[in-house]
Amino acid sequence: MIDVVYFAWVRERIGLPRESVETDATTVAELIDELSKREERYALAFSDRGAIRAAVDQTLVDLDAPLKGAREVAFFPPMTGG
Amino acid sequence: MGVRVQEGDFDLAVELADFGRGAGGIVTFTGVARNNDAGNLQYMEIEHYPAMTQSAIEAIANEARSRWDLCDLLIIHRHGRLAPGARIMMVATASAHRADAFAAAEFLMDYLKSRAPFWKKEVTSDSAEWVAAKEADEKALDRW
Repeated sequence: MIDVVYFAWVRERIGLPRESVETDATTVAELIDELSKREERYALAFSDRGAIRAAVDQTLVDLDAPLKGAREVAFFPPMTGG
Repeated sequence: MGVRVQEGDFDLAVELADFGRGAGGIVTFTGVARNNDAGNLQYMEIEHYPAMTQSAIEAIANEARSRWDLCDLLIIHRHGRLAPGARIMMVATASAHRADAFAAAEFLMDYLKSRAPFWKKEVTSDSAEWVAAKEADEKALDRW
């Protein structure tokens, strides 16, 4: 099981902030593929991959990053701090 | 040296009273919630990733310390609901020489903008829109 957390409009489109996911995905991108096949709201949230950023265990990663040993994966839009 | 992520406001005078003792120069930057072009912003909602925010900002701060000769550094970033004109964040850098203090402050601002896990939403009387990241903000990282 991996905890998946969502922020900003990714959270709003999917409709929840956090969930536990049973997955065989080996990379972040594969996890996105799996989630997108679940329901329309996931497909919509992940439709523009270029606008999706990810963190594995609170560290920013590229979408091709491996998931081995990951406890928490986060998906969110490009950050707007400062 | 310090990094703080908080909901409440901060007082520049208090924060800077003992900051950078012995430095030759101190640079500070304060980010403020700007009204939108229509002038009808009710508030800005700043969401963040609590489990990651502090460590992400500390990593950025450590990178700045490794690149420039800093004798002190302070970053405060707020989250939650902020009215137009409210302080959002501040950066202060202190160094023996101003060049390092200015460069480090700019570096910190550029990285906080697009590598610290915050997301801004502008709420007006009739809309609530996430602020889109600008391509220029991403490009700004290239100069470092």
